[in-house]
Order: sequence, then C-alpha cells, then structure tokens
Amino acid sequence: MASSTSSDLTLSVNGEKYTLTVDHRTTLLDALRERLDLTGTKKGCDQGQCGACTVLVDGRRSVACLQLAVAAEGHEITTVEGVADGDRLHPVQQAFLDLDGFQCGYCTPGQICSAVAVIEEHAAGWPSAATADLRPEAGPPPLTPEEIRERMSGNLCRCGAYVSIVQAVARAAEANGAAAWGSSATTAPMTSPARSRCSTATRTPASWAAARTWST
Amino acid sequence: MLDGDPDARFLGGGTNLVDLMKTGVERPARLVDVRELPLNRVESAPDGGLRIGATVTNSDLAAHPEVRRRYPVLAQAVLAGASGQLRNMATVGGNLLQRTRCGYFTDVDSPCNKRVPGSGCPALTGEHHNHAILGASGHCVATHPSDMGVALTALDARVSYETADGPGELPIADLYLPVGETPHRETALPQGALITAVTLPPAPTAANSRYRKVRERASYAFAIGSVAAALDLRDGVVHDVRLAFGAVASRPWRAFAAERVLTGAPAGADTFAAAADAELTAARPLPRNGYKVTLMRNLVVAVLSELAEEAAR
Ligand SMILES: Cc1cc2nc3c(=O)[nH]c(=O)nc-3n(C[C@H](O)[C@H](O)[C@H](O)COP(=O)(O)OP(=O)(O)OC[C@H]3O[C@@H](n4cnc5c(N)ncnc54)[C@H](O)[C@@H]3O)c2cc1C
Ligand code: SF4
Ligand code: FES
Ligand code: FES
Repeated sequence: MASSTSSDLTLSVNGEKYTLTVDHRTTLLDALRERLDLTGTKKGCDQGQCGACTVLVDGRRSVACLQLAVAAEGHEITTVEGVADGDRLHPVQQAFLDLDGFQCGYCTPGQICSAVAVIEEHAAGWPSAATADLRPEAGPPPLTPEEIRERMSGNLCRCGAYVSIVQAVARAAEANGAAAWGSSATTAPMTSPARSRCSTATRTPASWAAARTWST
Repeated sequence: MLDGDPDARFLGGGTNLVDLMKTGVERPARLVDVRELPLNRVESAPDGGLRIGATVTNSDLAAHPEVRRRYPVLAQAVLAGASGQLRNMATVGGNLLQRTRCGYFTDVDSPCNKRVPGSGCPALTGEHHNHAILGASGHCVATHPSDMGVALTALDARVSYETADGPGELPIADLYLPVGETPHRETALPQGALITAVTLPPAPTAANSRYRKVRERASYAFAIGSVAAALDLRDGVVHDVRLAFGAVASRPWRAFAAERVLTGAPAGADTFAAAADAELTAARPLPRNGYKVTLMRNLVVAVLSELAEEAAR
C-alpha cells in the first residue's frame, strides 16, 4: 500500500494526455488551473456552490472543485477549452455570443460546460425537479424556460445575466433538435449517451481489493 | 477494505468529504475510492423490489425508469437535492452518510459536540433557525440534510453493507442512532463498513407518492422542511400511507404517529391536520425555529391533500 501522499498520474484533458505529480488532496480544479495552465475553468466558491468550475467528466458535468485529481485519472475530461470543434464554436458557445449570455464572463465557462451537458441530459430523457410527469412513458418534457432554469440552477451568475443565459441555452437546444423531443418522446434513449460513450466498464476492478487507495 | 484504520475514509463522489477535508473537519489518512467498485447497478430484487447499488449516482437513480414509474417520491426527492453537477457526482452511499450542514460543525474554530465530543453546542443559543425540532437533545440539535434519505425512509429501504467479518443489513429506520449524549456517533454501521446497496421492498402504495421540499430559494438549496408521502385510498378511506419528514431531525424522520392516525380514517383536510398534530406534539422547537412546526403541519396537509386528489382521479 502506497504511503506517499503524492502520486504520478496521467490526466486526459480535451483529448490530450498530461502526466504530472500531485498531492493526493489536489482538486481537479487546481490541477487544471495551476499545473496544466488550463485557466478557462474558473474558481468561484471552491465549495461546490457556484458552478464556475464545471467541467465534463466522461461527458457528465461535474464541479472540478470537489473532485480530487487522482480520482479523475482514467476519465476523459473536457473543459471549456475543449468544447469547440477546432475553429468552429460549439452551438452553445455560439448561442451565448449571439444572445449576450454573459456580462463579466466569469461564470461563462461553467455555464457553457453545464449547458452542453443539460442539452444531452434532456435529450437522453432525464427529468428535472421542474418536470411535472416523471413517468418514463411521458417522455422528456419540452425544454421550457422553467426547465432550463431548474436544470441550470447549479450555475450562479453574479451579474444576473440569467435571462439571456436561458435564451442561449434554449436556442442551442433547438439547434440540437430539442423542439422535437416533446412529440417523439417514447423513442428517446433512457440512459445517458455521455456515459455509454466511454468505457468505464473495462476499468471496473473484478475484485473489491482492487479499489484505488491514496494516502492523504 | 479500510483495514481497520479509523483514519481511512471511503470516497464516493467526494461532494461532502472533499468539502470537509478542505475545511479540516475531516482529516483522513487514507482514501479508498468506491466509485470504481462494481456497485453501480439498479436491479430487480427477488421479492419484486428494487436493489440500488451504493455507487449509483444520484442522477442515474433519478433517471431510472423503474424508480420514476414505481417510486416517484424517490426520483422527486433526489431531483430536489443539490444541482445537476453534484447529482452526477454524488453516490447513494455517500448521500446517506453526508454530514450535517450546521455552521458550527463545519467551522473548526467553533466548539461542537458532534465534531469534538464534550466541547459544547453553540447552536442551542446561537444560530439555529434551520435546526431540529424533533428527536434532538441538549447535546446537539443538528439536522440530517439528505432529501433522498427522506424518501428512502418513507419507503422502508434496507441498507446493505460489507465488513471484514462479512455482510450485514439494517432497516433504514435503524441506520441513524438517536442523538442522546453522543451526537458524534451517527450511525449503527460497524466501524469501517462499506455500504454496498439500498433495497426498496415492493410498495404498490408508492405509485401514488410525492416529495415536497420547502427552501429559502427556488432551487439549489437545502430544505428547511420537507415531506415524503405515499397514499393509497380505498373508497375515500386511507388504506395505506407512508410519511417521512426531512430537515427536522438528526435523521430522516418517519412519522409513525401520524401514520397511525391516518390508517383507516376518512381522507380529508381534518384527518390530515390531526395526523400532523399527532406527530408534531413531540416537537421541541428552539427559540428561533418554531416556524418549522407550522411549516411541517401545513406541508403535511398540502401534500396528503394533493395525493388524495390524485388517488380519486
Ligand atoms: C452546494 C451543495 C448543495 C447541496 N444540496 C443538497 C440538497 O439540497 N439536498 C441534499 O440531499 N444534498 C445536498 N447536497 C449534499 C450532497 O447530496 C452530498 O454531498 C452527496 O450526496 C454525498 O455523496 P458523495 O458520494 O459525494 O459522498 P462523499 O462526499 O464521497 O462521502 C460522504 C461520506 O460518506 C462516506 N461514504 C461514501 N460512500 C460510502 C459507502 N459506499 N460506504 C460507506 N461510506 C461511504 C464517506 O466516507 C464520507 O464520510 C449538497 C452538496 C453541496 C456541495
Ligand atoms: S447542533 Fe450539533 S453539529 Fe451543530 S454545533 Fe451543536 S453539536 Fe455541533
Ligand atoms: S468553484 Fe466549484 S462550484 Fe464554485
Ligand atoms: S457574467 Fe458575470 S458572473 Fe455571470
């Protein structure tokens, strides 16, 4: 059992592999910003309360400030620097630009990563606290402003740019075909496409003794 | 798996543990990552219930078709908690064992019987507007913050765990210990036990169920009071009912006294209010959280009335 309180690890961020040595207590957020110089991901509260540090882990939005870097090894991380397709902005980015979905911009990288995932979660049929009929047969609810507000509620904006943020998310979702979801409900996949794209299963240890352990 | 090391901790999503490590409330010497363990399935149980693996994320639980269809109160409770990001990270096991949000507990410079046994409880005379009204003691008046746990309590969930000596199981009603003089001892789990699953028995009553949470902003905040309820009416009479309260006690609070009043009684606002009162006579509010008694009474009547309406449809 390793008793050292630091480890060498390889993080896979935006399709690139980075090898670094970290203290086991280092968060993914600090590793990204301070070690890998990927400063697009912002630190607001550092307590999981504001969403400024939102990144995608295997396609799922997570707060990087409450994720340990060591626990992120083996997972595919996407930050705001990685959501565009080369020079082509992601539809969410484009919509934030077109509709002024920001003022100072500090919360924006987190809003964008969160919105990218919100659109996928909705397309996968995930309900929210604003969804009236939870039965899977009812299908994904229309992505109303109320639904968007609830789903984006983990991302705070001190500038209060919420009105245009909601509009931007709605437009990007439409571009992704969300308008059709209300009608073709029951054919929507019920599991997250994000999770199925990655191969976490192959890394699941066969025996419990194989659980990853770190000294802190 | 913790090798008997009292300073080792299981790491689930880390959304509570990492937070507490930053403030110094938790200082584990070793972390064991449970998220990679093969405990992330939701499966049918032999008795027709549902077995939920301990590392299933809150998001996957709330999105699961069987949970939404057969136990809507559970899906609603999970969706009422935290944010999309946090629910993607948080696990079922970690959610049950998350610590209180009492501000004195999270501030290591302050005394707190739960964090440092015997050091005192500043909440008794200090900030306690969101503290317990039921089942507390003069040693600690903190609440358990989980929404999910309230629904699991209403549903009579069983908690499975594994220790070096083999597996074990606890009804969720016995998972959390009474506060008494030992608020630092929170659960009946053996030292070092790994929660492996939570099993829901079949509950036809749960088909008509709901979770209602009151908080200080529209979304993304802890409850100041919540109700998980399931109601089965036959000819306007309560045939079966499940009722649990959140944010009022050191654990999700099963309202057995209220259930006794309700069972066999005609559905209606009067019955519902009498049931709420039967439970809340045991309430011992603090100087600045008496509002919770009224809040819970109104919440019980509102939620049961809605369910009665649904049942009549
Ligand atoms: C900003 C914010 C808002 C929140 N709002 C809400 C809310 O409104 N409602 C709500 O209910 N919750 C809320 N939460 C709390 C959140 O739901 C919990 O932090 C989360 O469920 C804990 O799960 P986890 O897997 O991240 O646990 P971790 O942080 O990984 O672990 C928590 C504890 O459980 C132990 N543990 C974890 N897994 C196991 C296991 N399998 N066996 C034994 N022990 C285990 C750990 O050792 C640790 O002691 C909020 C959290 C934050 C940060
Ligand atoms: S209420 Fe409990 S957790 Fe809060 S200060 Fe008192 S002893 Fe500590
Ligand atoms: S910095 Fe992570 S949520 Fe605020
Ligand atoms: S744009 Fe300034 S914080 Fe959101």
